[in-house]
Amino acid sequence: MQNIKIQYRVAKSRVVQGIIVLFAFVVTLPLLAIIFYIFKEGITKINWTFLTHIPKPVGETGGGIANAIWGSCIIVFVASLMAIPLGIFCGIYLSENKTSKLAYWSRLAVDILQGVPSIVIGIVVYFWLVKPLGTFSSFSGSVALAIMMLPILIRSTEETLKMIPFSLKEAGLALGLPYHKVVLRVIVPCGISGIVSGVMLSIARIAGETAPLLFTAFGNPYLNFNISKPMQSLPLLIFNYATSPYDDWHDLAWGAALILLATVLFLNIITKLTTKKWNVQL
Amino acid sequence: MEGMNSVKTRKSFGQIRMESFFKRSLITIALLMVVLVLAIMLTLLVHSMPTIKSLGFKFLWGKTWDPISDVYGGYPFLIGTLLTSFIALFISMPFAFAIAIFLGEYKPTGWLSNLLKNTVELIAAVPSVIYGFWGLIVLVPLVQELETKVGILPYGIGIFTASIVLAIMIIPYSASLGREMIRMVPAQLKEGAYSLGATRWEVIKTVVLPYTKSGLFAGTLLALGRALGETMAVTMVIGNSNMLPTSIFGPGNTMASVIANEFTEADHTLYLSALIELGLFLFLVTVIINVIGKRIIKKVTKE
Amino acid sequence: MFKKSIQKLAIAMLATVTMAAATANAQGDRTLLGAGSTFIYPLYSKQFSEYNKKTGLQVNYQSIGSGGGILQLTNKTVDFGASDGPLNEEQTKKMGAPVLHIPMASGAVVITYNLPGNNNLINLTPDIIADIFLGKITKWNDPRIISLNKGVSIPAFPILVAHRSDGSGTTAIFTNYLSKVSPEWAKRVGAGGAVNWPVGLGGKGNEGVSGIVKQTPGAIGYVELIYALQNKMDYAKVRNKKGSFIIPSLASVTAASNVALPADSKIFLTDTDAKDGYPISGFTWAIIYKEQDYNARSAARAKEVVDLLWWTIHEGQKFATPLNYAPLSKQALAVAEKILKSATYKGKPIIK
Repeated sequence: MQNIKIQYRVAKSRVVQGIIVLFAFVVTLPLLAIIFYIFKEGITKINWTFLTHIPKPVGETGGGIANAIWGSCIIVFVASLMAIPLGIFCGIYLSENKTSKLAYWSRLAVDILQGVPSIVIGIVVYFWLVKPLGTFSSFSGSVALAIMMLPILIRSTEETLKMIPFSLKEAGLALGLPYHKVVLRVIVPCGISGIVSGVMLSIARIAGETAPLLFTAFGNPYLNFNISKPMQSLPLLIFNYATSPYDDWHDLAWGAALILLATVLFLNIITKLTTKKWNVQL
Repeated sequence: MEGMNSVKTRKSFGQIRMESFFKRSLITIALLMVVLVLAIMLTLLVHSMPTIKSLGFKFLWGKTWDPISDVYGGYPFLIGTLLTSFIALFISMPFAFAIAIFLGEYKPTGWLSNLLKNTVELIAAVPSVIYGFWGLIVLVPLVQELETKVGILPYGIGIFTASIVLAIMIIPYSASLGREMIRMVPAQLKEGAYSLGATRWEVIKTVVLPYTKSGLFAGTLLALGRALGETMAVTMVIGNSNMLPTSIFGPGNTMASVIANEFTEADHTLYLSALIELGLFLFLVTVIINVIGKRIIKKVTKE
Repeated sequence: MFKKSIQKLAIAMLATVTMAAATANAQGDRTLLGAGSTFIYPLYSKQFSEYNKKTGLQVNYQSIGSGGGILQLTNKTVDFGASDGPLNEEQTKKMGAPVLHIPMASGAVVITYNLPGNNNLINLTPDIIADIFLGKITKWNDPRIISLNKGVSIPAFPILVAHRSDGSGTTAIFTNYLSKVSPEWAKRVGAGGAVNWPVGLGGKGNEGVSGIVKQTPGAIGYVELIYALQNKMDYAKVRNKKGSFIIPSLASVTAASNVALPADSKIFLTDTDAKDGYPISGFTWAIIYKEQDYNARSAARAKEVVDLLWWTIHEGQKFATPLNYAPLSKQALAVAEKILKSATYKGKPIIK
């Protein structure tokens, strides 16, 4: 009797474990399905013309997405230019002043910023830049994306720098180094791996953002390098072309989706590998 | 000798000035974050003033959204948002918890777990527009088939499809947090239970889960916050109907997707400000959810 | 070291910002920005691509919907808007200054549907169309539809209505038509660029609606003719006022648009009296401010806009027919020319 009960309990435990393992691994299926599907559809569309030409008018076959590739690069680059210094410095402040009143509010602000829906940021930047300047521009898109980068940058910097042993800082100060030198030459280099991975993650995160660009960067069928003008980007192009009924445009969207997905996954994987490597060295 | 000294003094004065400049700029930047959030809130508030003034907060309970006759009620979108988010949460929870338990308790290390962990994290990395695209092309026909079999209108596009896409997207958020929480359960507690003869599942059920309950709740909350604000993937598969949804298989609209659809063409004051008020409301809700979630996590990790 | 990097940073950021500000109104850059109607987008994308080859001017046209085009022109974020419905009173008032409607072409809004296994064009009457979009007819094998289409096999599919989710001129034309032919529609829904649809799925743009109809068996929607043709979708023959079932085509749209235009060109062509006219046709307009000197725009830029539009109503018209838009009639062209000539810069006409 006793034995049967124990057997039953053990069996139940095993069954539940089986179910949990099954459920856990089932989750990987959609991701694999998406990667497989995008790869299958996208790979045949990508060739030299696709990468170097701009889209053709409706009804003409061929053409490429050079405008979106360049546009995405420029928008993300300008956004990084603004967000990276701000994010890292704010992260330094938060890790250096753990208990100050300002740190409390600033940390709260960062938490809030992380949760703001991307579409809301798009609206706000429209009122800040697009309407007053009287034109849609890639620069306003960059500002929106920069705002989205900040929380990730700040958090990763703060978390990394918090881990640096206090003795390192003390040693630096004891040697008579000024405070800013201790921070920038001792503490930041120690945590550089974490900071760099934060930078890469934040870039990967915003490279695929569409909603904030709808009302800011707007889109452009031509190649454009002027950041005060509307600019095309990969996510915007995918959204517009994927919801269109033209097969030629679907082809462009598949190719663009593959390029975007590959870039984002590549950045994520590289980040994972480098952090691992750095952790070993530290 | 004299000259050398004064050079040195000047140099150290410069250093001191530099130091205070450095400190001040750090403070300025930290302050900037607070200002940024306040400015976002203020911008939304100012631009949604016309509707707040004329309709007040009963705006959210208005059942009709009819830009032609200037009638704005956010209720259909409120319902659409809640439906998609909670169905998504409901679908994703068993999977997210399974991952959390597997990685936190059954097999915290090893290549297989590493692979699973990294794969789940990559789910969060895929851009939402790609989820939308995939959902539109692959998932919609599947749902249509299902709906034809069940014998309801085979829209394909609709709240249900949007919920599935959302469910996939939010799994990583609750899963990775849950995993960390489960790993924090003290070994002594579990060992105590094992030594009393508990099976593995009983340990999980009676020790691990109760111990991590608030942490798991926080993870779920953060996942919910993410689901509420998601725009593009939802917009592409939800059907964009401004009527009050009649079934979960029918089309609907969420607050985020109606903004994405109509913001660039809201051509009169009240229309525009009604959309912005939706944005303001979305902002406030996600802020509250996120802040509560973060607070719980902070409290749990401190203990 | 640190100081230098801060300086570099500051300079870089300052440069970025000033660059953006300084070039915002840059003179002589050869780009124009337009937004609006998705109805005319295929024609514009062809015309502007040709114009670019000819003159080097880059016209960035984004098909965000007529409502969006009007709003963005009101906000002065674009050089020209495009709409398939003329501005209503409130829109005109919000513009803040007089605007010009320049007719570009006319086209047909077709009733497109997805009925697998059916190769014939089906016949529809105005009241059936209205009842379908009112949600009163819900099955394809409704006796009223069957009796109109003897000898055509119509499957027993449920009807899925697809409409526009964004403000649109296509919707303006279609609802204007429905309001004329169905008193119930006029009372319950009304006419406009974005209405409160009693039933159905919303798609963004003509593209979005075609996408839904193409993907969903049993779906019915309304799109511009070119979208149906390019996607090889079926569309219905619609009974006009004179009682004949008309296939939407270049000829039947031309017949409907052969009317006397008022001086401001603002006119709906729906429910035409013409015997061979397709009843759901309409003009599509480009919309610009009459006085082009606003927002510190240069005279050169103003001239670029007017020259571009002048070209589209003359040489550009030859691209209309291949894409199934009806080109402007002689009479319409004369009106369009006159309107365009009334555009001014600092009070002086831009072209004579």
